[in-house]
Amino acid sequence: MEEGDSSRPLLAVEDLHVAFHTPGGAVRAVAGIDFQVGRGEIVAVVGESGSGKSVTALSIMRLLPRATGRIERGRILYNGHDLLMLDDEAMRALRGRSIAMIFQEPMTSLNPVLTIGFQIMEPLRIHLGHDEAQARARAAELMRLVGIPDAERRLDQYPHQFSGGMRQRVMIAIALAAEPKLLIADEPTTALDVTIQAQILELMRDLARRLNIALVVITHNLGIVARYADRVMVMYAARMAEEGPAEALFHRPRHPYTMGLLRSVPRLDRPRAARLETIEGLPPNLAAVQAGCRFAPRCPARIEACAREPELQPTDVGSRAACWRSAEIAQGKIGRVAAAGAGEGTGASGEVLLDVRGLAKHFDVKLGLGGGRGTVRAVEDVSFSIRAGETLGLVGESGCGKTTVGRLILRLEQPSAGAISFGGVDLGSAAPDVMRALRRKIQVIFQDPYSSLNPRMTVGQIVGEPIEVYGLAADAQARAARVTDLLGQVGLRADMAARYPHQLSGGQRQRVGIARALAFEPSFIVCDEAVSALDVSIQGQIINLLEDLQRRLGLAYLFIAHDLAVVRHIAMRVVVMYLGRVMEVGEREALYREPLHPYTRLLLDAAPTPDPAVERARAPRLITGEPPSPLAPPSGCVFHTRCPVAEPRCREAVPPLVAARGEHQVACVKYQ
Amino acid sequence: MIAFCRAQPLGAVSLAVILVMMLGGVFAPWVAPYDPLAIDFAAVLARPSWAHWFGTDGYGRDILSRVIHGARTALVIGFVSSFLGSSVGALLGAASAYFGGKIDDAIQRLVDILLAFPIIVLALVVVAVLGKAVVLWIDANLIVAIAIPIVPKVARVVRAAALSVRAMPYIDAARAGGYSHLRIIFRHMAPNLAAPYLIMLTAYIAQAILLEASLSFLGLGVSEPTPAWGLMLSGNAADFYGEAPWMIIFPGLAISLAVFAFNLAGDALRDWLDPKFKT
Repeated sequence: MEEGDSSRPLLAVEDLHVAFHTPGGAVRAVAGIDFQVGRGEIVAVVGESGSGKSVTALSIMRLLPRATGRIERGRILYNGHDLLMLDDEAMRALRGRSIAMIFQEPMTSLNPVLTIGFQIMEPLRIHLGHDEAQARARAAELMRLVGIPDAERRLDQYPHQFSGGMRQRVMIAIALAAEPKLLIADEPTTALDVTIQAQILELMRDLARRLNIALVVITHNLGIVARYADRVMVMYAARMAEEGPAEALFHRPRHPYTMGLLRSVPRLDRPRAARLETIEGLPPNLAAVQAGCRFAPRCPARIEACAREPELQPTDVGSRAACWRSAEIAQGKIGRVAAAGAGEGTGASGEVLLDVRGLAKHFDVKLGLGGGRGTVRAVEDVSFSIRAGETLGLVGESGCGKTTVGRLILRLEQPSAGAISFGGVDLGSAAPDVMRALRRKIQVIFQDPYSSLNPRMTVGQIVGEPIEVYGLAADAQARAARVTDLLGQVGLRADMAARYPHQLSGGQRQRVGIARALAFEPSFIVCDEAVSALDVSIQGQIINLLEDLQRRLGLAYLFIAHDLAVVRHIAMRVVVMYLGRVMEVGEREALYREPLHPYTRLLLDAAPTPDPAVERARAPRLITGEPPSPLAPPSGCVFHTRCPVAEPRCREAVPPLVAARGEHQVACVKYQ
Repeated sequence: MIAFCRAQPLGAVSLAVILVMMLGGVFAPWVAPYDPLAIDFAAVLARPSWAHWFGTDGYGRDILSRVIHGARTALVIGFVSSFLGSSVGALLGAASAYFGGKIDDAIQRLVDILLAFPIIVLALVVVAVLGKAVVLWIDANLIVAIAIPIVPKVARVVRAAALSVRAMPYIDAARAGGYSHLRIIFRHMAPNLAAPYLIMLTAYIAQAILLEASLSFLGLGVSEPTPAWGLMLSGNAADFYGEAPWMIIFPGLAISLAVFAFNLAGDALRDWLDPKFKT
């Protein structure tokens, strides 16, 4: 089967239909997909959650859940052979040998009780019949290939001794072990930090080119796609919306969904728009799809013909689009498809609302069974202030302490040192009744809309509880009216009050979380990665909602996030943290235009932009290495171990945060 | 009610079984064909017949009547002591997980101490210390004695579940809202701990019935001639079960049926209370 005819595509998927049979009826997760992947080609599959992209990948691997998932129709040709016709034995021989897969979650895709070496050697033994010595030598070679230093020694280590980025490298090494011809990566970098993400993507592309492996990358991140893909396939609601060369798709999209998707992402390479353009509405429910174009209900360019399902048609730019009006789009007759919003951001009032001085949080941890103890310095000497009506962005990679800062402000953790004052009252020494009144004024919106709502309470109970506890409404009737009003403010219908969280979509749940925060009538909200878990088109809606609420209610936000483009859009000032310390604080425009700290610069460089021309033109400037452990932070400037311009004196003392240009503060020896 | 029967047919059947047992117990004097204490030496160890459906025991007492009367003791002691033990245990477990730190340590050491004693010894000590305190016809201290060994086991299981609930962002949201500890534990954590609680509650009803039988056997629980299922398995049934197996079959079946019904009803209730199972 390996000796294929090289004129044939390596992989051809023809008219694929997949359905999941659930007690609630059949969910048609993939409904008619056609695409090909050539040898050595990098193809990206882009889509929001539930669009069918992962199901397509699992169908190719024939790894659909046995009990419920069924391929109803179609063919999957690998080297001209239909994979769906193979028996289990033949399919097993192919999996891992010719077609390999990398999953999203590097933390759980490796078996924690087996050594890394064993896990890399396993496919070598099974598929290539290597003996112990051969396999070990090859495993070490693979580890070096994916950029893991000290390979020989690390083969005997266990997954928990590797960081997330290193584990994903191990996953790639395992996938490459048997020299597959096709590698499918399902959201390979979604769980990783921006700087690590860039390293992994560079590695995957280089390896694919060097070893002539066809790579299918499944992702929701358009930026990733722009830099690395030869071709892009956009999926929407189980169907293909558009497919074609990356250049064409990004610069001359011919489907309104692609156009909307490209517009609704905040971008670092364009001037900041006053308001994000969004695709209004929600994707359809796949258990009950209506006839016609699936995007029509959300499409601003909808016409009568859209009541019939459009097929993929070739366009003028060499792509294929499933839209009746793609020719009109090509002629430039349909321009803006995303809902454009008006209105500028807000103005901060100037009065300091929240002031944080010298904040620190240390966690004592036990180290292994020996009983040794260590201290994790999660937050060290952090100071900033937020004015009423202002949004302060707090950015950094995972483990930098940004979430802990939020939890300290919310008094979910007690600080080890430092002071937090709110409206002039010191939270550390406030009397219990004063504290209780202040609690109401400081609220929170969490990242994960699935776990931040109590599954046993209805939406009405969740939103109504603060009103009840704090007596914010005269009686039950007034409370119900207030709940309806709050739901209206966040764009939910009043009848949603009777539903339970699991009956809502992710975006709707996040709106409930916002309504709950508003029910307290706060003046300040900590938004902890409040839009990170949402799909691109929903993310824009929530950001706009937060900005509208700020304007209307005069709220101040601490916006904690790792996505620099989102932070630039929403925040007025930005704090950059690394390993528990503040690296830089500045006004949005100044900080993004002229970052002072070397870390900020590298962070901005690592962030991908959804534009192939921009991405390919710039040289990859990567941060090498990984953040050190907060158990043993480096001496002096904590960033010196990864800093490209570090000097010997960086090791000696911690540089204080000093004003470099007006309000712009930076903690780097270069500016002392 | 109709919705419950449709969604949980098995649960509805088991609830019906429990209801029948309860009614039988309450109206035992009218339902039972004989006086459960009436001794009839003319019919000692009689086989099941039309006169004695379940046969008779070594004193010629009608086993059917004793099983019906025994439902009172079994259900009251089994349910009340399991409910008491599980509820206290669940509360301790939830509080332990919620507060953490020193309170957690204190509660868990207490649990360790209780777990160190064999169940029967622990119950013996409690009965010996407390003595008897008969309310109606049941010894209230016997219920306490049976409930106490259940407390630490439930506390352990519920604490483990509560630790994961405690880490959920919705609990953080409630804390950030400044709600009282009681509100967070009862309103926000408890409903999410219903599954382990109900499973433990129903499982320990069976244990409680058996423990009551053991204590009765040792002369510390219900004593002869009071009809009780556990007691009917001990005593002279142990001597005669070879010749008269009906002496242990029918009380044994009654215990099994009760245990089975409570377990199924618990499972059904757990699913019914979970909003995810409703469409």
